[in-house]
Amino acid sequence: MAILQIKNLHVTVETEQGTKEILKGVDLIIRSGESHAIMGPNGSGKSTLAYTIAGHPKYTVTEGEILLDGEDVLEMSVDERARAGLFLAMQYPVEIPGVSVSNFLRTAKTAISGEAPALRTWIKDVRGAMDALKMDNTFTERNVNEGFSGGEKKRHEILQLELLKPKFAVLDETDSGLDVDALKIVSEGVNRAKEANDFGLLLITHYTRILKYIKPDFVHVFVAGKIAEQGGPELADRLEAEGYDRYVKA
Amino acid sequence: MTTSNSTVPAQHGMAEHSHGAGVPIQIRSARLRSADVADFGPVSRVEEQYRYITSERLAGLDADVLDEYIGDISIKHPEGVTTAWVGSEHPSFGAAGLPEDRPSAAAWGSAEQAYLVTLPGDATADCEVQIGINSETETPSALHIIIDAKPFSRGTVILDHKGSAVLGENVEIIVGDEAEITVISIQDWDTSAVHNSAQFAKLGRNSRLRHMVVSLGGKTLRVSTSAEFTATGGDVELLGMYFADAGQYIENRLYVDHAVPNCKSRVTYKGALQGDKAHTVWVGDVLIRMAAEGTDTYELNRNLLLTDGARADSVPNLEIETGKIEGAGHASASGRFDDEQLFYLQARGINEREARRLVVRGFLNEIIQKIGNEEIESRLSASIEAELERSGS
Ligand SMILES: Nc1ncnc2c1ncn2[C@@H]1O[C@H](COP(=O)(O)OP(=O)(O)OP(=O)(O)O)[C@@H](O)[C@H]1O
Ligand SMILES: [Mg+2]
Repeated sequence: MAILQIKNLHVTVETEQGTKEILKGVDLIIRSGESHAIMGPNGSGKSTLAYTIAGHPKYTVTEGEILLDGEDVLEMSVDERARAGLFLAMQYPVEIPGVSVSNFLRTAKTAISGEAPALRTWIKDVRGAMDALKMDNTFTERNVNEGFSGGEKKRHEILQLELLKPKFAVLDETDSGLDVDALKIVSEGVNRAKEANDFGLLLITHYTRILKYIKPDFVHVFVAGKIAEQGGPELADRLEAEGYDRYVKA
Repeated sequence: MTTSNSTVPAQHGMAEHSHGAGVPIQIRSARLRSADVADFGPVSRVEEQYRYITSERLAGLDADVLDEYIGDISIKHPEGVTTAWVGSEHPSFGAAGLPEDRPSAAAWGSAEQAYLVTLPGDATADCEVQIGINSETETPSALHIIIDAKPFSRGTVILDHKGSAVLGENVEIIVGDEAEITVISIQDWDTSAVHNSAQFAKLGRNSRLRHMVVSLGGKTLRVSTSAEFTATGGDVELLGMYFADAGQYIENRLYVDHAVPNCKSRVTYKGALQGDKAHTVWVGDVLIRMAAEGTDTYELNRNLLLTDGARADSVPNLEIETGKIEGAGHASASGRFDDEQLFYLQARGINEREARRLVVRGFLNEIIQKIGNEEIESRLSASIEAELERSGS
């Protein structure tokens, strides 16, 4: 049983107009096996939270802490966090020219498990996961995210989630830009990975449609850099019906 | 990354690039060619050939007279390939080109004999010739090599430069009718070496040349490669890869002269730079003369700046004198290391050092994979590793 604690998190970024505070005291606790959905208007700071957990250098933590099983995450480098079991599926995965998917996946797997995976089982695992995500096997020879469609990039993120087996996964709008079929395939991939590894899930989304496939235990409304309200799955339905107006005005 | 991509439309008179202040506009074909060093003025910024290099950098290679090369030349070749030292009276001497700048002319006049390597017409694709040039002589010296690929020949010639020499070199590459050859020039010198190499290729009817310049070690490396088509159906691919670290200067000058119809050229150069005052220069001149109808050409240069303090100059020049061409274009881009790529890889557990390597290797891979020789590919991969290691990134 693992636990990820975010306590009174304040985060700033440098902008042309000077330092800007984006997260203004976020409190959140996620345990293994739990699914948390975060919903909120554009620009409220959802991606900032995701990136800060992963350790993106653009964001500066000015107050608060993030603990993974009591360990200080903020002290860790980006790769140390990943090796400690944190995973972020990016909203906009970048292209890496000249680096093949197969090389990338093997390098990442080796880094995370501390030893190179046995070749035969690894190839089988990759194939299996790709088949399940309805990704063509030729993707392994292509360069990371290069020329991938929006939907293909998202599948590739979930492929990594399945193969790297983290303790906690943050999915930043993985459902955006997916058609109905792809949404189902990707959601099933997340559920499969979760069933296999029992990770804690933080799902950032604008839409309730993904929540039909991935049932959240908790829903958090994120407004202006903090959590404005939390509840169960029923909160998502209410947000869909009413929007964020009453939080934004409040 | 900033990218400029342009396909130059057919009717186009002269070069479209802008010269730096004080550099006179000159049509590429009008540039002086001579075997006599006295015809060339001193190395100075005023002339396009020396816009980036200094006399100081050339460490004496721009003098009137150089010593004759006395370092090692080792050769490995299959049966049928012949080698000989020949004087300037030999018909192959000067058959592929003439110097276009002072250091090349100095080396030309100072090397009384040229080392001639002949690939016979029945040489097959697996014919591999390795020429090892290894010298510790630090007085400026001159070497002249001629590769004569007879009509219909196939094969690969590898020039492997090592040691700590100050070397002025001319390499002539005669590609006979219907011949298909690969020439690879590797500059893997010690850090103190200074090397100016002018490589001239002349292509016969329906011939193909794949030429590759790999510049890794050395203080100053300046390689000027020119390719001239003498008959229709020629196809040249000029590839280059370089890795400059702190204080290192690497210049590559390319010139493709389309003088006859229906020839094809591709120029692809990629470089990585890291460290303070790492400086690379790439100048790609392509001339499509009036008669060169049906020409198909494209040139590309990309530079990856891994750290602050490095500088990459990249200047493509396309001169087109006829509208009746297949295609002509160029692209040039120099960009900083992309931190988002680094973040992505690190977020998958890969440490920073290895993530950087992956990105650099990926960037240069495009060129390495085109060599088509596993032994050299893995050797170059290892050299890149060593480069990355050396600068501790
Ligand atoms: N580097 C930056 N420079 C300036 N402003 C930034 C920077 N990064 C984030 N911001 C600002 O911080 C705020 C929060 O951004 P963030 O991307 O976290 O929002 P979000 O909730 O994920 O929005 P969306 O739903 O559109 O993805 C926005 O106003 C954004 O413009
Ligand atoms: Mg976002």
